[in-house]
Amino acid sequence: MTSPETRPGTRPEARRGGLLELRDVAVTYRSAAGDVPAVRGVSLELAEGEALGVAGESGSGKSTLALALLRLLPKTARVTGEIMLDGEDVLAMTWGRLRAVRWASASVVFQGAQHALNPVRRVGTQIAEPLLVHRMATPARARTRVTELLEQVGLPAWRARSYPHELSGGQRQRVMIAMALACEPQLIIADEPTTALDVMIQAQVLTLIRSLIAGRGISLIMISHDLSVLAATCDRLAVMYAGRLVETGPSREVFTGARHPYSRALAEAFPTVGDFASRMAPRGLGGDPPDPMRLPGGCSFHPRCPVALPSCAWRDVELWPADRAPEEPASPASSAPSHTAACVHVLPDPEAGPEPETTGEDETPAGRPAKESA
Amino acid sequence: MTLLEAVDVHVEFTSRGRRARAVDGVNLTVGEGEIVALVGESGCGKTTLARTLLGLERPASGAVRYGGAPLTYSTRALKAYRREVQLVPQDPTGSLNPRHTVYEAVAEGPRIHGLPGERERVASALSRAGLRPPERFFPVYPHELSGGQRQRVVIAGALALDPKVLVADEPVASLDASVRGEILALLLRLRAELGLSALVVTHDLGLAWNIADRVAVMYLGRIVESGPVEQVLSAPSHPYTQALLSVLPESPAPIVLGGEPPDPTRVPGGCRFHPRCQVLAGGKAAEAGVDGRCRSQPLSILPAVPGSRVACYFAEVSRAPL
Amino acid sequence: MSDVTARRREGLARFWREYRAQRSGMYGAAILVVAVLAALLTPLLTDPSGLDVTRATGEKMAPPSLGFPLGTDESGRSILLMILWGSRVSLLIGFLSALLSMVIGTVVGITAGHFRGWPSAVLMRITDWFLVLPTLVLALVLAAILGGGTSTIVLAIGVTSWASTARLIRAQTLAVEARPYVERSRVLGGGHWHVMTRHVLPNVAPLVLANTTLTVAGAIVTESTLAFLGADAGQASWGSMLRGSYDWGAVTSGAWWYVLPPGLCIVAVVLAFTLCGRALEVVLNPRLRGVS
Ligand SMILES: Nc1ncnc2c1ncn2[C@@H]1O[C@H](COP(=O)(O)OP(=O)(O)OP(=O)(O)O)[C@@H](O)[C@H]1O
Ligand SMILES: Nc1ncnc2c1ncn2[C@@H]1O[C@H](COP(=O)(O)OP(=O)(O)O)[C@@H](O)[C@H]1O
Ligand code: SF4
Ligand code: SF4
Ligand SMILES: [Mg+2]
Ligand SMILES: [Mg+2]
Repeated sequence: MTSPETRPGTRPEARRGGLLELRDVAVTYRSAAGDVPAVRGVSLELAEGEALGVAGESGSGKSTLALALLRLLPKTARVTGEIMLDGEDVLAMTWGRLRAVRWASASVVFQGAQHALNPVRRVGTQIAEPLLVHRMATPARARTRVTELLEQVGLPAWRARSYPHELSGGQRQRVMIAMALACEPQLIIADEPTTALDVMIQAQVLTLIRSLIAGRGISLIMISHDLSVLAATCDRLAVMYAGRLVETGPSREVFTGARHPYSRALAEAFPTVGDFASRMAPRGLGGDPPDPMRLPGGCSFHPRCPVALPSCAWRDVELWPADRAPEEPASPASSAPSHTAACVHVLPDPEAGPEPETTGEDETPAGRPAKESA
Repeated sequence: MTLLEAVDVHVEFTSRGRRARAVDGVNLTVGEGEIVALVGESGCGKTTLARTLLGLERPASGAVRYGGAPLTYSTRALKAYRREVQLVPQDPTGSLNPRHTVYEAVAEGPRIHGLPGERERVASALSRAGLRPPERFFPVYPHELSGGQRQRVVIAGALALDPKVLVADEPVASLDASVRGEILALLLRLRAELGLSALVVTHDLGLAWNIADRVAVMYLGRIVESGPVEQVLSAPSHPYTQALLSVLPESPAPIVLGGEPPDPTRVPGGCRFHPRCQVLAGGKAAEAGVDGRCRSQPLSILPAVPGSRVACYFAEVSRAPL
Repeated sequence: MSDVTARRREGLARFWREYRAQRSGMYGAAILVVAVLAALLTPLLTDPSGLDVTRATGEKMAPPSLGFPLGTDESGRSILLMILWGSRVSLLIGFLSALLSMVIGTVVGITAGHFRGWPSAVLMRITDWFLVLPTLVLALVLAAILGGGTSTIVLAIGVTSWASTARLIRAQTLAVEARPYVERSRVLGGGHWHVMTRHVLPNVAPLVLANTTLTVAGAIVTESTLAFLGADAGQASWGSMLRGSYDWGAVTSGAWWYVLPPGLCIVAVVLAFTLCGRALEVVLNPRLRGVS
């Protein structure tokens, strides 16, 4: 971790978490049908040069969280909590500052990026655009920079003159990555960068992303519903369910030794070819994703949980240290344990263990009866 | 026993004046109660082959055979054929008419064929597809269902005709990881309970490992390797199959093939994989003395046999003699 | 399946709610309700004998008075009475010819969109031909050949005005046919008729409805023009009243009560249909796009 000088108006202690630090971030969409709590209190830290994978099924709030990081959400969204990017509170930034931060400090590769390119403009022009908009290069300099960027993502320089429809899905995704790299940001947020691509193209794009972050110390937040893809690319994983983190930890540990039953189901969804345990035995998770407007009480996963206890219907567990050695005294995550899970089974005594301390801002404190929501 | 069969099927399109050989000589069989996976990267001709097997595309040469008899393309014959062979399309959302309720979507097939007992048929198809109790889903519109439920409705629509074979095109590609296993388990259960055969088209080798008995690997319109799943996927012989397996996120040494996706309007001579082949590029083919043939001598079309077969000069010479 | 009917009703209620939010559409609908009510109630409330030149009771070309609120024409007939009875002819011809035009346009459009290849090419060539033909001239010729009468005028307008509808419907049909559910329907064994009636038609129906409304407006204008040019239905319509006023030099002689009422009626009803049609397009089109 580097220690840059403190900027005026920022609190030095906020640097502790590294590049990005989220404290209890919540996002609620206001819609005609009522409020949709898409993200419900997420706290995370991301060190410089670290790659974090965010997993979860569709509707779990992954994209909402990613967009909230740069205040890219529509006006109907209300964001609360604290988002510290490089020591600055994103939620308190002026629009001018925010525009400078986007691209220059952090940039996003959007979900379905292949369709995010303007179909009637050459890709070179589109890559150069952020450079020119932010006055980071003269038009001539921008042209050479575009060539460099295309080379970095493995495309020949003449591709700058192509239109998006002349490129394959994988190539368009590379163009999007080149755009994200244009202003040399410290952080790249990639939302499902490989989801619509087939295995070989996916491998090409993932290899590219991995080499880029390793080579230049860029931090990465990558979003996917495929845990195996994330585990192969990221240092740490965070699993989201119904707008909350249910498990965080080092990739390997979460992928092969998940402690939360939902993470386990995600990890098992994609079998290891050659592993005879999964031959003719596809594993999945029953039930439907929860409706964010009608979340079940207690642990919101309990209607689908294969190992739920009766108490799960009313008892909501917070993220709790879940390192493989459970003998150490359980205490709420104060010394930043590397592996945490929000499941009653990681508590020392699941049946009658100590209630985790609830921090005041929690909307569904432990022990709340589950009557009001079905 | 062989149920559905492709015999030396060629399918061609003309796009912008150029001839695209989307399927370029394929032999493939699906036996009774068998699940066959057809894998390959996008654009290799999997979907075209599947559509040809369903009679939606007519082969330029070769034939589709069902129960031993070649498919005829009269309206009446196709209608009868489609009671036996059904499709599970790739995109469940797009495949359901947003103006039709679940009941209407599932009853569409029985109505077309004038089958008796429509209500019972729909109810039993829905419950076999895992939507229970079926009555609860009758008046529901597709947009009120989750992706996994929509895929079940589509499967129920096919089951309502009591088909013998399902052709599923990427049945889980548009679904979440968490529902994927459920739909695959459903296909296995339908095979166990109804003796249903299936051809599953996919680019996902894990899916083949999860549910298929046999696998056929397709590259640029041809099948390059086929055989029992355990054999082909645990000990792949063709360099392309090896590359596909090596790029799975779990694998230790990925062989990422460079270059553009294969283009069916420009099929290379010799072995059609040779411009991207890592065995040829790495010099191993030259060591084995097959590199000349790789570049210039066309490979013969693989026959449809249950055992494993591979279309590669290098694999032929390097395979340990039995 | 009463659940389904309940949901249909709910859909209708939602449609009405969204339509109501379109202010101009509501104005249009209000005018139309008045016009249609007037046309329907006229035979019950008035005596058609006043339309007979020989039995007209008024003074010739009299300005509005208590007995004749809109004055009289050159034969002493009440303008108000003529407007009321004329509305029946104008609206009837407008509706019927729009209906005919929509039926032809929809059938041609769906057929050309569904059957690719030469049937489509031939139909579209014919459509293009009708599209560039001057509708009015064609209708005049047709009316001259077929002789007078309401049905002739309806036929003349209907047969000459379907081409743009056909193009629109064909484009929409092509979009629907590209949907995966149409392929699924084919794989289930569905033939041409099944696909066209079960999938294509319900999807283009909202478009047809919105378009018909606009076509009625066009048809009323065409009818008036035809009547003005001398090809009338043999009964007093707003168009033939304008013709009469022109023949008698009503404008130059300052008989505004003879010119303005039929002119304003045409403008108001055409405007009303146009407003309704646009409002329908706004309400129905996002749904077309949004759902599929
Ligand atoms: N503009 C919006 N208005 C109202 N609700 C919204 C809006 N955008 C998203 N939501 C809701 O917020 C929740 C989270 O959505 P989000 O797009 O973040 O999910 P995701 O995890 O990225 O899923 P996917 O994998 O499908 O992209 C969902 O329930 C979604 O319906
Ligand atoms: N209707 C068509 N017209 C022209 N080319 C087509 C058509 N359908 C498929 N192709 C081409 O045939 C090749 C194989 O396509 P497809 O069978 O869809 O591949 P896959 O399912 O393996 O992705 C592709 O190059 C594709 O572009
Ligand atoms: S807390 Fe209970 S319901 Fe929630 S995941 Fe753990 S066991 Fe399952
Ligand atoms: S035949 Fe030659 S080029 Fe083709 S796959 Fe085998 S080794 Fe590679
Ligand atoms: Mg998303
Ligand atoms: Mg395909």
